[in-house]
Amino acid sequence: MTIRATMGALLLAGTALCAPATWAQEVQRGGTLNFTAPYGSSVGTLDVTASAEVQTEIVAHAMHRSLYKWNPETGKPEPDLFTDVTVSDDGLVYTYKLRTDAVFHNDKPFTADDVIYSYNRIATPATASPSANFISRIQGFDDVQGGSATEMSGLKKIDDHTLEITFTASQDPGFDLMQNYVPIYPSNVEGDTQATQPVGLGPFRFVEHVPGSRVSFERFDGFFGENDQPYLDRLNILIMGEAAARDVAFRNQEIDVSVLGSQQYQEYQADPALSEGLLEVAELFTRVVGFDTTRPPFDDKRVRQAVNYGIDKDLIIDRLVKGKAFPAVGFMPTTSPAFDPDAQGYAYDPEKAKALLEEAGHADGIDLPVIANQNESWGAPIVEAIIPMLDKANIRVSVEPVENAVLEDRITGGNFTAFIWSLSSGPDPLNILRCFYSKTAQSACNYTNFSNPEVDRLYEAAQQERDEAKRNDLIRQADGIIREEAPYWFFNYNKAVMAYQPWVHGLRGNPQELAIQDYDKIWIDDTAPADRKPQ
Amino acid sequence: MGRYILRRLLQMIPTLLAVAALIFLIFSVLPGSFAGTMTGGGRRALSPELVAQINAQFGLDKPLPVRFWDYLVRLVQFDLGTSFRTREPVVDLIAARIWPSLQLALSAMALAVTVGIPLGFLAAMRPGSLLDSITMIFAVSGLSMPQFWLGLLLMYVFALQLGWLPSFGYGGGQLRNLILPAIALGFAPLALLARTTRAGVLEVMGSDHIRTAMAKGASPSQMIRWHVLRNVMVLIVTTMGLQIGSLLGQALVIEKLFSWPGLGSLMVDSVAIRDIPVVQGTILVIVLWFLVINVLVDVIYAAIDPRISLR
Repeated sequence: MTIRATMGALLLAGTALCAPATWAQEVQRGGTLNFTAPYGSSVGTLDVTASAEVQTEIVAHAMHRSLYKWNPETGKPEPDLFTDVTVSDDGLVYTYKLRTDAVFHNDKPFTADDVIYSYNRIATPATASPSANFISRIQGFDDVQGGSATEMSGLKKIDDHTLEITFTASQDPGFDLMQNYVPIYPSNVEGDTQATQPVGLGPFRFVEHVPGSRVSFERFDGFFGENDQPYLDRLNILIMGEAAARDVAFRNQEIDVSVLGSQQYQEYQADPALSEGLLEVAELFTRVVGFDTTRPPFDDKRVRQAVNYGIDKDLIIDRLVKGKAFPAVGFMPTTSPAFDPDAQGYAYDPEKAKALLEEAGHADGIDLPVIANQNESWGAPIVEAIIPMLDKANIRVSVEPVENAVLEDRITGGNFTAFIWSLSSGPDPLNILRCFYSKTAQSACNYTNFSNPEVDRLYEAAQQERDEAKRNDLIRQADGIIREEAPYWFFNYNKAVMAYQPWVHGLRGNPQELAIQDYDKIWIDDTAPADRKPQ
Repeated sequence: MGRYILRRLLQMIPTLLAVAALIFLIFSVLPGSFAGTMTGGGRRALSPELVAQINAQFGLDKPLPVRFWDYLVRLVQFDLGTSFRTREPVVDLIAARIWPSLQLALSAMALAVTVGIPLGFLAAMRPGSLLDSITMIFAVSGLSMPQFWLGLLLMYVFALQLGWLPSFGYGGGQLRNLILPAIALGFAPLALLARTTRAGVLEVMGSDHIRTAMAKGASPSQMIRWHVLRNVMVLIVTTMGLQIGSLLGQALVIEKLFSWPGLGSLMVDSVAIRDIPVVQGTILVIVLWFLVINVLVDVIYAAIDPRISLR
């Protein structure tokens, strides 16, 4: 069987079908939304620059804003805290006209000083901020990191509302500077206090954090943008890591949205009432089994291709993942602008797998030990399912279950023959292609030690290319080579599913992470429970 | 008695230090690192320089003996260190969680004591009766039922079907939020107390002095108050002490299920991302709680049984 995905069909499944079609109703203001943070039983810190956890990002998006913002419909970054930008001919110097109507929750007007303060704070080695990668292309970053400067030379205030940023590469800075992990903090507040008493520019003001239970916010009346005022009066983000508990709370109408796992997805689909409120999106995550391409026998692409041919991924997605995924064609997902709609993936063909293995000189078969965590959609259960399939191709798979922290450590440390993981594959396709560039360190995301001169050449050309369409074309070509070289078994692209109550409107299918929503765009109608409905 | 309590409290110090050393060593040899978890589950790539910075900031680049020494020096100054994850003092994180944890553990224990002990007594008074059989079925079920499943069952019945109580959340510590997690947590100790009390009472009831008292015409209430209760209390207090001591640590499943902001869920999340100072701090608090309860139990022994003296 040939796997062939059309961009249009998958995008339809990914986004267009998903938006709750209730905008025809008149928008209502007020009320309280009980949102959920489903990825753990706590929010580590309220300072998102000190964290890499989605839980923190879910909370931060309510109270902070970054220079750019992500538009899930276009798949591109767009201005948020600036109204205009001019770019120098070499694509290195960006001059931003900052918003004049933005005010922080502590009433401080937003100026260029706040951007400079925020970015310098992240760059300072003393903060050891995991967000530093996102600003590493600002000129002077290495000097601050190295301790020879305290401020990045690439940040220059022209006046209160004009900021010049010089970058070291001509790559579009929007993808990095739109991240929730690089918010703009007020320069008149000590950065460390952001962990407990956050102050931002976002649509909601922090009220209370009950660790391990909830974070509460109220509408910030000073939020910028005349037409962008939040509808809700209050927002509670409830910390609920247990799927079963979320299920009961959702059915009991105590929470307004819930992120679903594959088992619940099937149950909710089967329920006539619950199936009406499902928001689905093809997220920018690619689930893979990665091989160390420097380690025999996986240094031979025929062996890696044999693994790809030897697994019936459609069957696994149908039976184990309960249809909550899209079969992967290559690494770039269907919602990536660099996805090739004409691409053909590896069809299930155990005979071809066996032949490839014999051709590579492994007629007696090979061993494939895979490290895996316990995730139901991209962990040990999936590896166990592929054991009998690959056995037919003479590939003896074994699974080594490890805890997630160990898995991450072993992958970034190169301590594996093969691993199964869910990897970010967007939103910036150029940044994703960097993970296949031979000069990218294994720990930095070139986990398979991939090296291909043609992919290197295409990456370098794409870096220099200013025209977006041409750049994406170069990346698409590189993705084709990666597909052919098969450093991964390309398993699936995640289908994220959110259940929402009938009174909730304005949710958007965010392919970056469905659980991160623009809370200011959400409103609830008066059919909501009495304690939460608009008064 | 004061000297005895002081001596027992001082004896806790070497125990706590030994536990602290053990936790430190276990988590030092355990695979996985905090910097490794900063990839956010494959969401982002960290440069080797940033990993080095993170390790340097938290002293993880130092040799193990140096880290251990630094840890001990801080510990004797009652400094539990700084959380890698939140970058706040561990003491502050624990302080925010200790009251909800105690609230849950003590409520669960109060339920277990007020229901379990009378139930055990009643069953023992009528051995072989229907009440006795029901009590024992109840006790065996309570001991064998997984907490997680019981919690879900309670949510389903009392929140979803009857709509009487919220299915999750702390709610500022309101009673209505506390009821379901306290029942889910207290059910196993309740069953154990009922079973222990029944066994203890039956044993005492069969002893010579009870037969003598009955022969002398003592009423059932006098007999229970003066002869049975005091004799069986040592056993009950021992069981209670062990249960209440371990409830703080056992609560983690229930805390996660009900989004209850206690120490258990803090510990589990911290283990998952290798936030070692927080793991060490929470385990030390749980161990300290267990030790304090043990001292209290010993003091109570002397109060209820004059044959036991505190020296």
